[in-house]
Amino acid sequence: MSKFLQVVVAVSALLTVAAVACGGDEAEPTTVPPAPTSAAADPTATTPAPSPTPSEPRELIVMTHDSFDVSEEVIREFEQANNAKVVIQKGGDAGEVLVRAILEKGNPSADLLYGVDNTYLSRALAEGIFVVYESPLLANLPSHLLFDQTFHVTPIDFAYVNLNYDKAYLAENGLEPPTTLEELTGPKWKGRLVVQHPGTSSPGLAFLIATVSYFGEDDDYDYLDFWADLRANNVLVKDGWNGAYYTDFSHYGGDRPLVVSYATSPAAEVYFSEGKYAEPPTGNVLVDKATFLQVEGVGILVGSKNVDLARRFIDFMLDTRFQEDIPSKMFVYPANSQAKTPDFFRFAEVPTTPADIGPAMIDAKRNEWIDAWIRTVLR
Amino acid sequence: MKGLRQSSPGRLLLLVPLGYLAVFFLYPLASILNRSLVVDGWIDLGAFRAILGDSYYLGRIWFTTWQAMVSTALAVALGLPAAYLFARYEFPGKSVLKALTTVPFVMPTIVVAMGFVALLGPAGIVNNLLTAVFGLDDPPVRVMNTLAIIFMAHAFYNYSIVVRMVSSLWASLDPRVEETAAVLGAGRWRRFYHVTLPLLLPAIASATLLAFMFSFTSFGVVLVLGGPQFATLEVEIYELSAKLFRLPLAGALAVVQLAFTYLFLLLYARLQQRTAVSVELRPRAMTARHRLRVRDRVFIGAMVVYLLLLLSPLAALLVRALTVDGGFSHAHVANLFSNEHGSYFYQSPIAIAWNSVRFALATVAVSLAVGTIVAYFLARSRRGASALDALLMLPLGVSAVTLGFGFIITMNRPPIDLRGSWLILVIAHSLVAYPFVVRSLLPVMRAMNPNLREVAAMLGASPTMAFLRVDLPIIAPALVVGATFAFAVSMGEFGASLLLVRPEFTTMPVAIFRYLGLPGEANLSSALAMSSLLMVVVAAGFVLIERFRYRGAGAF
Repeated sequence: MSKFLQVVVAVSALLTVAAVACGGDEAEPTTVPPAPTSAAADPTATTPAPSPTPSEPRELIVMTHDSFDVSEEVIREFEQANNAKVVIQKGGDAGEVLVRAILEKGNPSADLLYGVDNTYLSRALAEGIFVVYESPLLANLPSHLLFDQTFHVTPIDFAYVNLNYDKAYLAENGLEPPTTLEELTGPKWKGRLVVQHPGTSSPGLAFLIATVSYFGEDDDYDYLDFWADLRANNVLVKDGWNGAYYTDFSHYGGDRPLVVSYATSPAAEVYFSEGKYAEPPTGNVLVDKATFLQVEGVGILVGSKNVDLARRFIDFMLDTRFQEDIPSKMFVYPANSQAKTPDFFRFAEVPTTPADIGPAMIDAKRNEWIDAWIRTVLR
Repeated sequence: MKGLRQSSPGRLLLLVPLGYLAVFFLYPLASILNRSLVVDGWIDLGAFRAILGDSYYLGRIWFTTWQAMVSTALAVALGLPAAYLFARYEFPGKSVLKALTTVPFVMPTIVVAMGFVALLGPAGIVNNLLTAVFGLDDPPVRVMNTLAIIFMAHAFYNYSIVVRMVSSLWASLDPRVEETAAVLGAGRWRRFYHVTLPLLLPAIASATLLAFMFSFTSFGVVLVLGGPQFATLEVEIYELSAKLFRLPLAGALAVVQLAFTYLFLLLYARLQQRTAVSVELRPRAMTARHRLRVRDRVFIGAMVVYLLLLLSPLAALLVRALTVDGGFSHAHVANLFSNEHGSYFYQSPIAIAWNSVRFALATVAVSLAVGTIVAYFLARSRRGASALDALLMLPLGVSAVTLGFGFIITMNRPPIDLRGSWLILVIAHSLVAYPFVVRSLLPVMRAMNPNLREVAAMLGASPTMAFLRVDLPIIAPALVVGATFAFAVSMGEFGASLLLVRPEFTTMPVAIFRYLGLPGEANLSSALAMSSLLMVVVAAGFVLIERFRYRGAGAF
């Protein structure tokens, strides 16, 4: 008797707790303000000041990938100036979010999609998920960043994918950082490089494209010959950036002193060292034509009911306030040439001659390159 | 006549799990497969030909299967001794130790990978020790990025399924059966092999199935610890759909994976029906050994050391999270509490932990309700229910990315518009969690003596009353096991990253993943601190869930 009563009580208590715990923020997800519980428990959440205008703030939903970040106060400024509530939702990495937007085309769960880069641009354009918007602020961007001449996707930031090296490891082993990609196939770098799978990782794909640009497709020694030699030289392939960086890169306890990462990573190492490093513990390998310029942009999704507000948000993203927030939040370069970068970005070197392959070429060849790469490196 | 009349409203109850499965599993799955595979009203058979005619994909199917078998065998071997310990012995700290054994099950793969690196990596504790002791030049242990580490990690994740499921049944077996065999002259191993093992088989089978399913659909462990050269079917499906955007091929491969899963489940359901034995189950207070001989004490001591060793990859991370420059410091944990860089996405760790816990509690509630009903009907069904059994287990073996995309295209308009809602997380978690409730309940429900219920019916108890008063007290420990894993599944967030949720619903694994999205030591230490918090919260959760069992232990 007492036994089953206990179980019944336990189960019903659990149901009640669950209902109470989650019940507060139930109902229509797209119209409700943030959960009261989390706002209350969050010490830094700014309590929204009583709105000066009588109307309710309009909700603007931005869908983006996991790496997106922005300062809270920057978003609050936009909200206050436009009587809006900005909700930023993350749904996986850049590729996953784009597939999502394609699958729900016409009935989008957000107004804007941020995070389409030049390796995915053509797919996004072909699927027709964006409406056209040509922001007046595009005038402040250098022309080589204007990657979408149809103005469906507005460039916001850019980054370079290249190799990083671990300074301590190289010093200990008497090694100099490589100056060509060919060097990587020699005995000196045997078992010392970790890359990411181009089929599952954006930097992985970017580096593959860089090797295509560097070695060519039809030369005597083409990119696949290079990859075959890398394989013979015991290159390690990981699926994603964080696995390669935090488990295999020698700076974090692995045994590989060379890793495919970003030109800004050494700067981030200083910024996030809590004062430990004045100089980066890692360095960039900047080989001409072997770095990849990744331009990333935002677009308004077809079916958005807040197109006017979304346009204002794109303008806001291009303006200096948002642009100057980008480096220390996402560790990429602001697209607006008037935006100033923080002091620690002096460690984020800019490659002079990145790979020269355009979005249309990438779209036409992407899957072919990846398939060939998989056959060469994995099978 | 009376029996029939009473059973029909009972049968209606089965509509609850079936409806849940239809709406939240079959419908999204069918929709995404339809979207991927059907061209102009016809199924794209070319995609199937491309998969089944490619030796690479056939090789992946074979690899996926055999690596799951090896991993599962290892998990069973690691788990059985511990199951015996927890079933038969009472000792101080038992509930905490038991909670700790299930902690690995929850941890994100990238965290476990870092644990293995800290322990077994080239500059890890073991290699440093060996090189120092033997004066070696190169680290002698080289297991990272090999097949061996995949097996180890799968076993590390899944052995606690064996520990919990088997010890739950073992504790209810009457030790006098074995004692009788001893009196009749059977030795220790013969007693185990001929008496105990057959009785435990249903629970071992349940645990084996679950461990196998998790290894079969493994994604993160294979990728993060092994590398893409060891890709499983799940990895290939992910790559084809989320990255290469070849939906027909992805859909065809998902169907192949599903077909294999269904075959395994069907085979298993058939086997399990045959292994079910009806026995007298005893309350665990009666079965535990209270007088401990020296041999028992040595066994307990050895097992405690063994279990703590199994946990050492996580302990290595805990140490790293709590030290700064070699000395103890809570600075990393303290950093979690400040939004130093003013991020829009910042939430206090308390709020994040509370998100995880409340979603997990909701998952436990849904899974217990759905799972108990399913198990109740499966236990009573005769032959032929295998097909239904296998179908109800299918969510365990479905490709997470396929189902995720299915959710995206189906849960997006009224009447079920769940976009951005926390409910979609609970629904997704429960799909993986309720099979645990079913599998832990079924061995006990099948073993229960049906006479008990008949006696209750004769004495005038309604089926509901009979369930509450006869069944429930006996199945309570199994319910606790099911609740434990439902909680664990949800806290660990298996494959829900695709489901867009609002920033205020950040959970602990998501937060860990975010920290690890940027380079830099502060990000790493924040991720480790959050991981440590996750370990503490789930261990506390397991202890609390377990308390429901111990309080009632003497009552039946």
